[in-house]
Amino acid sequence: MILETLLVTAPDWAVRHSTVLIPIVPLVVAPVLAMSPSGRLAWLVSIATTAASLYFALLTLAIVQSTTGGVISYHIGNWAPPIGIEFRVDSLNAMILLIVTLMGFLASIFSWPTIVAEISKEKAGLFLCAFLLCFAGLCGVATTGDAFNLFVFLEISSLSTYVLVAMGAGRDRRALPAAFDYLIMGTLGASFYVVGVGFLYAATGTLNMADIAAQLPALGANRSVQVGFAFIIVGLGLKAAMWPLHQWLPNAYAYSPSFVTMFLAATATKVALYALIRWMFTIFQPEFAFEQALFTWVLAPLGMAAMVICSFQAVFQTDIRRMLAYSSVAQVGYMILGISLGTAAGVSAGLLHLFNHALMKGALFMAVAGICLNVQGTTLRDFAGLGRSAPFTMTAFAIAGLSLIGVPLTAGFISKLQLGYALFEQGWWWAVLLVVFSSFLAVFYVGRVLQAVFFQPPANPSKLRKEAPLLLLVPLWTLALANLYFGIDASFPAGLARDGAVAALGLEAFQ
Amino acid sequence: MWTFILEHAGYWAIIALMMISLYIAFSAENLIKRLVGLSLFQTTICLFYVTLGKITGGTAPVLLPADMPKHAVDHGAAGAAVDGHLVAGGGERVADVVHVYSNPLPHVLMLTAIVVGVATLSVGLALIVRIREAYGSIEADDVRAIDIETALAQEAKLESDLKEATA
Amino acid sequence: MKGDHHMILRVIAKCLIPLIVIYAFYVQFHGEVGPGGAFQAGVIIAVALILYALVFGLTATMRAVPPWFTRSLAAVGVMIYAGVGFWALLSGGDYLEYQALFGEPPGEHHGQHAGIIIIEIGVLCAVSGAMTTIFYALAGRVAEIRDEDW
Repeated sequence: MILETLLVTAPDWAVRHSTVLIPIVPLVVAPVLAMSPSGRLAWLVSIATTAASLYFALLTLAIVQSTTGGVISYHIGNWAPPIGIEFRVDSLNAMILLIVTLMGFLASIFSWPTIVAEISKEKAGLFLCAFLLCFAGLCGVATTGDAFNLFVFLEISSLSTYVLVAMGAGRDRRALPAAFDYLIMGTLGASFYVVGVGFLYAATGTLNMADIAAQLPALGANRSVQVGFAFIIVGLGLKAAMWPLHQWLPNAYAYSPSFVTMFLAATATKVALYALIRWMFTIFQPEFAFEQALFTWVLAPLGMAAMVICSFQAVFQTDIRRMLAYSSVAQVGYMILGISLGTAAGVSAGLLHLFNHALMKGALFMAVAGICLNVQGTTLRDFAGLGRSAPFTMTAFAIAGLSLIGVPLTAGFISKLQLGYALFEQGWWWAVLLVVFSSFLAVFYVGRVLQAVFFQPPANPSKLRKEAPLLLLVPLWTLALANLYFGIDASFPAGLARDGAVAALGLEAFQ
Repeated sequence: MWTFILEHAGYWAIIALMMISLYIAFSAENLIKRLVGLSLFQTTICLFYVTLGKITGGTAPVLLPADMPKHAVDHGAAGAAVDGHLVAGGGERVADVVHVYSNPLPHVLMLTAIVVGVATLSVGLALIVRIREAYGSIEADDVRAIDIETALAQEAKLESDLKEATA
Repeated sequence: MKGDHHMILRVIAKCLIPLIVIYAFYVQFHGEVGPGGAFQAGVIIAVALILYALVFGLTATMRAVPPWFTRSLAAVGVMIYAGVGFWALLSGGDYLEYQALFGEPPGEHHGQHAGIIIIEIGVLCAVSGAMTTIFYALAGRVAEIRDEDW
């Protein structure tokens, strides 16, 4: 309903150009910020920019939902595809765009206190410039309909991410090797993706995703198509932190500035997963024999391994950010498992979990960021007794943590339930047991933190501890309440996920 | 057999280079060497694309006067305008082109990929400079050893803090 | 500057640097009819500056072309590029639609000419600015390795 009002009130130019403006506005503002003399001004501008992107993303969603067929196609420079670059948004991207822009907006609001605390004020302009570039790149990946353009946007976001991660060096020098490892792995992932696109270009002679999809069935079991597909899956899997390819993630999340961790955890892997879904379902159809084999024998086992093994690893971490990072890899495992079913229910469960995971990990890392401001250190012992001295921050943390476990009445419960239904439908009851087991492990690692926070006395009472600033509490509680709200009335995200799955699989999958 | 191998000489070179560069990127302990491996990998991708775009006997893909439509010649041979005509003319325009041109698209793509590669390389080098300043070494195993030491020291300090607090 | 044995180097560099810059502009504007373009031209301009820095020292170069200038140049280049896109938007076309720049009917190509030339100038600024900034950033760090250790 809000979306309809938005559509009615929007000016004509905004309706016509909303798709292209989502990534372009931050891309244009970023160099201006690089020259901005005042950090605070840069911060205000970055909020306005992400807010504009959020507006255009909502508008795009409204347009997609109101048009029949639900596809917006925008031709850059008015060159018709497949020759020109096409920005193509359907229900699947519209959902991802909403997540990215919403998280970017909330992140930019609370960035100021953490920048002051962790990075010098003089560098704030450049830091926010890198943030906006990263944001623009992620939005770009989610809007573009051109395979090579996707690589360019992916690299824009990745390169600025390496810089952002390395900015954590002011607090802990281990951020530098972490950023370097991420650079090596991330670049290899993107390069694999390009090699794959090259093979597909050799086979089809086009780079437009819709056009590739149209040409592939005629090629049949073509060797170079299969090789290209393998390269693309590995490359994007690296970016999405699919289980054995996740080695860069824990360190990068643990040592980067807390603001960056929050933003990356909520968006970066999600966007890579979106690209994976786009390639697996829209471009290569699941009817291809080799793709069925991949789903059953590669993706599903990897997803399950991630769920169990990384949850185990999370249980044994003493640093809370590392623990949450391992848990992120485990959650990616749930999404991969849902996707690997290849059914409408599975994909929609995976997408729903993607949406909810952005909400809960965003809230968790934001709460940790708030604690970082005052307590130097993020180990379990630093968190002991915080429930009394910072009740608002820690209550939000607890809500998001419960959502991560999947307690009823939280968003996490709904998506795990959906995943369970989808697995049962396929007859994989043993996979349901694994999901339950992995959630049980989540009870352990989240429970450890909550027990320390609420039921233990502070380990070192002489340390200063207080509530996070209001600027941080507002976005934090927005996310925490969203976790509760979508746990009770999940119609909005579930509708988005269902539409997304329809867009990915085609309408007939639901009949 | 031999003709098959020789015809694909470019691809054999690409496969070999990719293997070598991947191995360097993963196995080298020296961070600079890792970056060299990565750069080599990206350059090999450029080679791969350019090989794809090569057409036997093709020249550089800039229209020669003989192939230009009448209007464009009057117009002072504007590249953009000619492109427009090629697109507008569609298939039949290509038929009456006198010269054979290589496919320009992979080249353009690789122009972008080269820029991305340069950016990656410079970010990587900048990171190495910072690592050298922070750790005094650019060997991955040294850095790892120092990190473990720091972690142990932090743990010990936490332990002693805790004792102080409880005492 | 000690020692005169760099004299030949310095004189030759002084002769070469203007030529390199002119060559860069040749590559830039010849890109319309032959191989070339703003990426290459930008790198060549940056090469001229780097050669100057290698021969005359980094401090002299930073005095001639200060780091804030190169950084702004890179940013301005991106803005020029994006600005053309927005100009097309404001003239009622799609993003980066050159044809719409002057609101011409199909068949006229002034917008196409102007659009691509302005874009290329933006790329030239961005690439040359970025390359020099990278060079400054890496060369400007104070080496804590003594000369004997190399």
